[in-house]
Amino acid sequence: MATATKGMFVDTTLCTGCKACQVACKQWNELPMDDETAVREHRAFTANSYDNTGHLSASNWRHVKFVEQFSEDRVDARWLMMSDSCKHCEQAGCLEVCPTGALYRTQHGSVDIHQDVCIGCRYCVGACPFGVIDYNQRTGRVNKCILCQDRLEDSQGTACAKACPTSSLTFGNVDDLKAMAAERVRALHARGQTDAYIYGWDLGNRGTITQGPNKGAAVADMEVVGGLNVFYLLLDKPEVYSLPSSPQLPQRNMNPSAGVALISAAVLGVTGLAAFRRRRMEAVAASSEVSS
Amino acid sequence: MQFSDWIVFMGSNMAECHPVGFKWPMKAKANGATLIHVDPRFTRTSAMCDMYVPIRSGTDIVFLGGLVNYILSEKKYFLEFMINYTNAATLINADFKDTEEGDGFFSGYDAKTRTYSNATWQYQRGPAPARVPEAPAGAQGQSVKGVNFAQLIANRLPGVPKEDRSLQDPNTVFQILKKHYARYTPEMVERISGTPKELFLKVAQVITENSGRDKTGVFTYAVGWTQHTTGVQLIRTAGLIQLLLGNVGRPGSGIKALRGHAQVQGATDISTLYNAHPGYLNTPNARRAHDTLRDYILTETQPTSFWSNTPAYVVSQLKAWFGEAATADNDYGYDWLPKITGDHSHLPTFVEMSEGKIKGMILTGQNPATSINSTFQRNAMRNLEWLVVLDLYETESAAFWKAVAGSDPAKVATEVWFMPAAHIAEKDGTMTQTSRMIQWHDKAADPPGQARSDLYFWYALGKKLKARYASSTATKDLAIKHMTLDYDPDPADVAEWKHKDEPSALRIFKEINGYEVATGNVLNTFGALTADGKTAAGAWIYTGALQLIDGKVVNRARMTPGKNDGWVSPSWGWAWPGNRKQLYNRASADPDGNPWSERKKYTYWDATAKTWKNVGGDGIDFAPTKAPGAAANPTGIGIAFHSGRDPFILKTDGKGWLFAPVGTVDGPIPTHYEPWESPVKNLLYKQDRNPVAKFWDVTGNKYNEFGGVQFPHVITTYRLTEHHLSGAMTRWLPWLAELMPDLFVEMPPELADEKGIANGDFVTVTTERGSTEARALVTRRLRPLTVDGKRVYQIGMPWHWGYMGIATGDVANNMTSLVADPNVTIHEAKAFTADIRKGRAR
Repeated sequence: MATATKGMFVDTTLCTGCKACQVACKQWNELPMDDETAVREHRAFTANSYDNTGHLSASNWRHVKFVEQFSEDRVDARWLMMSDSCKHCEQAGCLEVCPTGALYRTQHGSVDIHQDVCIGCRYCVGACPFGVIDYNQRTGRVNKCILCQDRLEDSQGTACAKACPTSSLTFGNVDDLKAMAAERVRALHARGQTDAYIYGWDLGNRGTITQGPNKGAAVADMEVVGGLNVFYLLLDKPEVYSLPSSPQLPQRNMNPSAGVALISAAVLGVTGLAAFRRRRMEAVAASSEVSS
Repeated sequence: MQFSDWIVFMGSNMAECHPVGFKWPMKAKANGATLIHVDPRFTRTSAMCDMYVPIRSGTDIVFLGGLVNYILSEKKYFLEFMINYTNAATLINADFKDTEEGDGFFSGYDAKTRTYSNATWQYQRGPAPARVPEAPAGAQGQSVKGVNFAQLIANRLPGVPKEDRSLQDPNTVFQILKKHYARYTPEMVERISGTPKELFLKVAQVITENSGRDKTGVFTYAVGWTQHTTGVQLIRTAGLIQLLLGNVGRPGSGIKALRGHAQVQGATDISTLYNAHPGYLNTPNARRAHDTLRDYILTETQPTSFWSNTPAYVVSQLKAWFGEAATADNDYGYDWLPKITGDHSHLPTFVEMSEGKIKGMILTGQNPATSINSTFQRNAMRNLEWLVVLDLYETESAAFWKAVAGSDPAKVATEVWFMPAAHIAEKDGTMTQTSRMIQWHDKAADPPGQARSDLYFWYALGKKLKARYASSTATKDLAIKHMTLDYDPDPADVAEWKHKDEPSALRIFKEINGYEVATGNVLNTFGALTADGKTAAGAWIYTGALQLIDGKVVNRARMTPGKNDGWVSPSWGWAWPGNRKQLYNRASADPDGNPWSERKKYTYWDATAKTWKNVGGDGIDFAPTKAPGAAANPTGIGIAFHSGRDPFILKTDGKGWLFAPVGTVDGPIPTHYEPWESPVKNLLYKQDRNPVAKFWDVTGNKYNEFGGVQFPHVITTYRLTEHHLSGAMTRWLPWLAELMPDLFVEMPPELADEKGIANGDFVTVTTERGSTEARALVTRRLRPLTVDGKRVYQIGMPWHWGYMGIATGDVANNMTSLVADPNVTIHEAKAFTADIRKGRAR
């Protein structure tokens, strides 16, 4: 039985950069250290603020970003932190291109991966506009945050949100989280923090950046690829957080004047896709029978 | 803290080092509080605050003294609170001389011994009550049987302190403070601390405008305040501010001491300190009048504070330790206790070790091989005949003899035993949090293999020692011979899956809590303790902590998560003494017992019921039925000596001490001295350094030249969220090791440019003690400061690394020195000097 769509609200104004979410994620999902040899041989230190894991990967399903914004005279002094993961998009590029149905939409609205169905083709890696999904060299399959699917089935929230000491990460029904986010942006604006806006859904907030290189620029809530079920409250332009300002799914970029060759290729492709799609629908049906 | 109207984090990086508790400041911020971080570095805490205020490390007393001066000169104090609840109006001995007159010295200084006599720092008092003739004390060793302690204590009552409530007399504490801090102006703060004057004044405005009847604020500190040669006085300066502003004993008020790790509070309560027995009873000292139990009690008992009950606490403690062997005839075994002869804390002990005076050491939860002046400490350990290390991993200290530690194993004769220890989740026991709150925890799993709890080790060792001394009659052996050591669990209480050979932590907790000797019944309050041997309690402050329902410990279970008992949460854990979550909460009501304001209502006098009440069920930290109008009794013992308007029941006059006539060895009022190593002279006094700081002129501990050019930069050491202490619990954990894999040094780009250092480069930092190699983290989060017109750079380095584990690195403490605060012998690792260059150390 379908349930309300579950997701997370990431309020970056409350993030202290403690990385408890990263550790909780690895602990619950039994993910290995990224590269022990690099640590032992002193090659892991990045000198990039307090970030030594760099990006999301097959073994890092969560990643805390650190952005230092200090003017030369230190009048502007801001250290932004943001805990990033898969956004479980409403229009999920990874899911749409997956030829085997390994990537599927769960009854909670999240995007999970059947590891035993994944063939390691990596179409999804290129199809994700956020660089979330990663090929796992060890298993030959892809990995990403699966919104703690096993915990959700036991009516528990995500491990990262559970570990977050300051409630920067909140797990819940997306509808409730949206209401909470709208309230939070209003409260911040009332305090003079007019930078605050929502990345993922358009809840109608408009503001102005108060600090840093983009001071004075307008910001506004933005709906992203049909809405993000893991969405963010930001204080600066998306690109400051290494988030795309106008993300597109690659499959929307098909150029209609690309010529006959492409059309014939497309015909073949559509035929193939149709076959794959049928299999995927069956897989989805099967999985919801099992898990509902 | 959630109800604070302002929070100043200073000497604390709370968001990074106490990340879980940091949710309360974040709640305060959501409620509209102003959060301020005063720190040498812009940290993850600064990132969460409304204001970041830079400061030169080690100049906090100038900054805080500047706030005191602002409060006094701008008349921003909370007059009604100050005049009634502090010793502002009390008259000090007319012979007292301030540092203003002594150019950095108070009266009573002896240059030969580098110590103060506090004779001139005392209160002016009226005549003492008439004395009753005492029976002669008798020969040494006479038992206390039949001694009337109440009468002996009454005979030691002093006269009533004199006051001038108009505050005009030049000998009032108020006038002395005004004079003392008059030169701590905003301009002086900027000159010495490097803090821009405008920022300093903004802080002064925020905290004074948001304090008073209706608003309160809090200072939050950690080891960034303690690890200085002026650490104790530094914290006292914040105490002055809070007493002047009325921010003590009230919701959202106080000074929050964030302990260095989760169990430090418990460790001091139950005494890992050499100079305190459990419950803060001083260790018998051969250099004090502690020869017999009678002498000890009369020396230690304060006749005019809650400490007047000391005899009951001491005798009950001896009864807990020696059981049936402790009787009135033998002074409850007092003579069996060893006495200390001086400072036996960590640093002097390692100096003695370096001199070959110490044969063996048992290390548990400590990693001295990476501690202060670590090269010195590692060298000292090579003089040991034997070393036992109880730890989770083979720490740097367990491996100090290996080549990786810079040792030649062939030349180290020390025999080292490594005992695998248990993690907290593998042990039953209690944890005492920074808020004095004791919580019981059951173990979740047994430790693996042969690993056992520390309790197991000490219990097994104790039993072996007792067997050895069982037939001895030598006085020196009687303490071990008579020590109660009976903590075997009832087999029925040990779950099937648990190790069967672990002692019962619950039985030890019961002994600490206290019980009636005749029945074994658990006691609920220290009020039940007696000085006649009928009660036993290991630590009086913990009496009542053990809460049993049907034989089950319920400290935690009483509260159902999500269904708590209000914000005070009296059923969440148990806070000593007497489950009082907010100390001195009598001060949350005005002198007449009414709340200062409805918004800050907490403890108040119910005139109809003739009793004190609390809005959230907190324990009343006062005599529960003593009316606000009750007069002080000049012949009353203990808190009867105080009036119903004196909230500070542990002080001899019931007042908060702006001026400390006793208790601090380096002066009655906080005074700025430069750190032991500083690039600049003291601009306030001729005396540069704390004149009574502890230092050790020994080989391998050379200090950097004061105010010199060889080591021009200020350096501070600290911790990160990702690691804990010396890394002994974190650098071995893959998930944490990768988050912060390498030692680094943070520096501003202005300094990096001067030195040709690029972000990520290998650099070497040096002092007279040694050098440390690290990676450069060049960041504008650090900034150059202008101190007395000159540019001063500060650099910073976390001290988590060592040569063992997954994430290894150089030891930052290779650079620190043995030099310490004179009151508590805490080292100065937060402010010293160093040089830095590009390139690897070796």
